[in-house]
Amino acid sequence: MKRTFGILPAIVLCGFYLAWRPEKAFGFFSLAGSNFLVVLSILPPVFILLGLFDAWVPRERVTALIGEKSGIAGAGLSIFLGSFAAGPLYLAFPIAETLLRKGTGLFNVFLFVGAWSTMKIPMLLFEMQSLGVRFAAVRYGMSVLGIFWIAWAVERVLGEKGRRELSERFRP
Amino acid sequence: MVLDSTTTVILYGLTALLLGLSWMRDPGKTREALGKARRSLLLILSPLASVILLVTLALTALPPSLLSRLVGAESGIPGTLLASAAGSVTLIPGFAAFPMAKMLLDNGAGIVQVGVLVSTLMMVGVVTLPMERSILGWKAAVARNAFAYGHSFLVGLALWMAFR
Repeated sequence: MKRTFGILPAIVLCGFYLAWRPEKAFGFFSLAGSNFLVVLSILPPVFILLGLFDAWVPRERVTALIGEKSGIAGAGLSIFLGSFAAGPLYLAFPIAETLLRKGTGLFNVFLFVGAWSTMKIPMLLFEMQSLGVRFAAVRYGMSVLGIFWIAWAVERVLGEKGRRELSERFRP
Repeated sequence: MVLDSTTTVILYGLTALLLGLSWMRDPGKTREALGKARRSLLLILSPLASVILLVTLALTALPPSLLSRLVGAESGIPGTLLASAAGSVTLIPGFAAFPMAKMLLDNGAGIVQVGVLVSTLMMVGVVTLPMERSILGWKAAVARNAFAYGHSFLVGLALWMAFR
C-alpha cells in the first residue's frame, strides 16, 4: 500500500504563491510555523499511546467493547473516544486503522471519525466562547444526528462486499 | 491557545505515565510499541506536512475581509455555496476554525454561510482525501466527504431556523 504522497507539489505551489506575493511571506511562515508546532506537539504522544494500545490491549477485548456486535454501548463508547480526542481530523485516520486492526465494527469506526471531526468537547467550549451558546448548541446538536446518518449511509454505499473488504483490510 | 497547551500537557503526562508503567511490566513489549510509534510517525510525516502547507497557503491567500464580503448576510445561495466550497478544500481543526468564523461574523458574514463554512471546514477535506483514502479506501472516503458536505447544508438550515 502506497501511503506517501509527495510533499513536493505542496512546496512548489507555496513557492509559486510566495514568489507572486512576497509581501505575504511573513504571515505565511508564522502561520505555517504555529501550525507545525501544534501538530508536532500532539503527534508524538498520540503515536506512542497508539503503539502501547497496540502492544497491550488484546484484540478480543476491543472487539467485545466496540466490535461489530457491540450494539448501543459500543456506539456510545466510540463517540466518547472520538469526542475526547485532541487534534485535527487527519490524525483520526491512523487511529481508525488501529481500531480496524483490533476488530472494531465499521459503523463504530465511522462514528469515531465523525465524533472526532465535529463533536470534540474541548472544542465545544471554545465554540460557545467564540460563536455564542446558541450557534454552538444548534451546530453540535446537528452533529450528533449527522454522524449517525453519515456512518449509516457510508455503510450502505460500501455494500456487503465493500464492508467486508474494509473491515478485513488491516486484520492480522 | 491556552486550552490547547493544557491538552498538550495532559497528553504528555498521560503518555509518560503509561510508558513508565509499560516499561516496568515488560521492557521488550514497550520497545516494540515505541518502534511501531516511530514507524507510523515517519509514514504520516510527509502527507501531514503537505496538508499543513496547503492549509496555510489557503488561509494566507484568502484574507478574512475578502471572505466576509463574499459570504455576507445578503449573499444568499451563491454565498452559501461559496462558503461550502471554501470550507471543503481543507480540513482545519476547530481551534483555528472558530476564531476565523468569529472574525467573519464580526465583518458582516451571514450566520448560515458561517455555519456551512465551519461545518465543511471540520468535516470535509479534499486536500486530506489521499490520506483518508489510504486508510478507508476510495469508496468510503469519498462517500464520507460527500455526505458530510450535504450535512453541512442541513446545519446551515438549522442555524437559519434558530436565528430567524
